[in-house]
Amino acid sequence: MSDFFAPEFVRLVLALVAIMGFVAANGMALLYVERKVAGHVQRRPGPFEVGPHGLLQALADAGKLVGKQLATPRGADALLFWTAPLMAFMPVPLMFIAMPFSENLWGLGTDLGLVLILSFAGFNVLALCLAGWASNNKWSLLGAARAVAQAVAYEIPLLLSVLAVAMLTGSLDLREVAAHQGAWPWQWNVFVQPLAFFIYFVCAVAETNRAPFDLAEAESELTAGVHTEYSGMGNGIIFLAEYANMLVVSCVATVLFLGGAAGPWAPGPWWFLAKMYALVTLIIFMRWTYPRVRFDQLLNLNWRWLMPLALVNLVLTAFCVKLWGGA
Amino acid sequence: MGLVAAFSEALSGLKSMVVGLKVTGTNFLRPQETVHYPRQEVPRDALATFRGHIELVGTDDDPALARCVGCGLCMELCPSRCIRVEAEDPPPAEAPPSVAHTMSDLLMPTPKFRAAPPSQAPVARKLLGYHLTYHTCSLCGLCVQNCPAGSIRFSSNVYFAGEARETFELDLMARLRRQSGREGGKP
Repeated sequence: MSDFFAPEFVRLVLALVAIMGFVAANGMALLYVERKVAGHVQRRPGPFEVGPHGLLQALADAGKLVGKQLATPRGADALLFWTAPLMAFMPVPLMFIAMPFSENLWGLGTDLGLVLILSFAGFNVLALCLAGWASNNKWSLLGAARAVAQAVAYEIPLLLSVLAVAMLTGSLDLREVAAHQGAWPWQWNVFVQPLAFFIYFVCAVAETNRAPFDLAEAESELTAGVHTEYSGMGNGIIFLAEYANMLVVSCVATVLFLGGAAGPWAPGPWWFLAKMYALVTLIIFMRWTYPRVRFDQLLNLNWRWLMPLALVNLVLTAFCVKLWGGA
Repeated sequence: MGLVAAFSEALSGLKSMVVGLKVTGTNFLRPQETVHYPRQEVPRDALATFRGHIELVGTDDDPALARCVGCGLCMELCPSRCIRVEAEDPPPAEAPPSVAHTMSDLLMPTPKFRAAPPSQAPVARKLLGYHLTYHTCSLCGLCVQNCPAGSIRFSSNVYFAGEARETFELDLMARLRRQSGREGGKP
C-alpha cells in the first residue's frame, strides 16, 4: 500500500496525465494546422467560419464525432472491434514517457528508452490487424492486410537506421543519445548519419500511414482500409492515434538525429518543441505535395532501396565505430 | 538496369521531390485565390470566362433594345428546349392574284394556299418576348455560338440562387431593359 504513494509512482501518474493532455491538445492543434496548411497550399483559406480564422473548427469536428452513433457491424466481434481503436491509442502515452523533452524533463528515466518506444510502436500493427479482422468486412480485412504488410515492411529499415545511431552513441538511453550531441547543428547526429536520418524519416512517414504512404486510410479510393466500419469516436480515436504517432516519430527523430533539447542559445524544451514541430510541419507539407504511391511501389521502395541502404549504412557504421572507437 | 543507372534514377527522383516541395511551398506563400463569399465577392475581371445563364445583347444605338431579330434559331437548336422566343410574325403576304380558269387549271385544281413569292425587302420581325427556363439549361452554348445576330452571350451572374423554381424562369428582355437602366431593379 505504501508503494502506491511512492514518489516514483506519483511521478509516473503525473507524467502520464501530462502526456495525455499534451497528446490531446496536439491532436486538436494538428488537425487545425493540417487543414490550414492544406488550404494555403491550394491557395484557399482553409477552415474559416467557426471561430476566428476557423480556430474552433477542431472542436466542432470533435463535437460532431462524439455525437455520432457508435455502430457495430452485424456479425462482428464487438469486443475485439472496440478494442482495436483503444489498442491503437493505448501505447502512445507509453511511447512518450521515456522521451527527454529537455535535460531534466522526462517521465521515466530508463536505459532502454529506445527499445521501449520501438516495442510499443509494434502495438499499432496489432491494432490494425484487429480492426480489419473484427469488422467482419472483406474490404476492411484487405485494408488490414495492406496496412500490416506496410507497417511490418517499414519497421525493419527504421530499426536498422535507429540501430546505427545507437551503435554510434553506445547507448539505448534516449537521454544519453541526446546528451551525446552538441548544441550546434553540425554537432548533431544528422551530420554523421545523414543516410540513417533519411531512411528513418521515410520509414517514419510510412509507419504513421501518412501520405504519400497512406494506403491504409485512403478514404474515397480504397474504402478507408481498416477504418471502413468505424463510426464516430471510434474513427476519431484512430485518427488521434495517427496524429500522436506523428508526434512520437518526430520526437524520436529530434532526440536521435537533431540534438534533442540542445540548442545554440537557449537549451531546453523550447528547442525540442521547435525541432519536433518543424518535422511535423514537413510531414504535413509532404502530404499535400506528393501523390500517393501504388502498393507495389511502396513495397519496392522499402525492400529494394531502404532495406539494403539501411544495411549498408549499419555495416559502415559498425566498421567506423570499430576503427575509431565511436563514442 | 545497372546499379549506376538505378542510382541516378533514384537521385533524379529525389530531386523531383524537392522540386515538388518547392512548388507547394511557393503556393503556400502566395495570396489566396478564393474569396470569403458572403463578405467578399469575386472581382469582376475574374468573371470574364464565367458561363452564367445567357443574356441578350443590346444594340449599339439603344442598349435596352435587343439585337435579336426573332429568327428563333436558338430555340430550334437548344437541346434542352429551355429557350422560348416570341416574335411577331411578318405581315401576311398578299395572296397571289387568282388566275382565270384555263384548260390546265381544269385538269389540275388550283391549290388553296400558295406560298408568297420571295420578297426583295427583308421581312422585319418584331421580338416580343425572350424567355429562358434556366433550371433546364445545360449551358452548352449552342445558342451563343450560332446566333446570327450576335445577340446572346453568357452573363456573369455568379450569385444566382433561389428557393423557388420560378426564380429561374427568366424574362431576358425585361432583364436587358433593367440592365440598361430603363427600369429600376436589380440587374
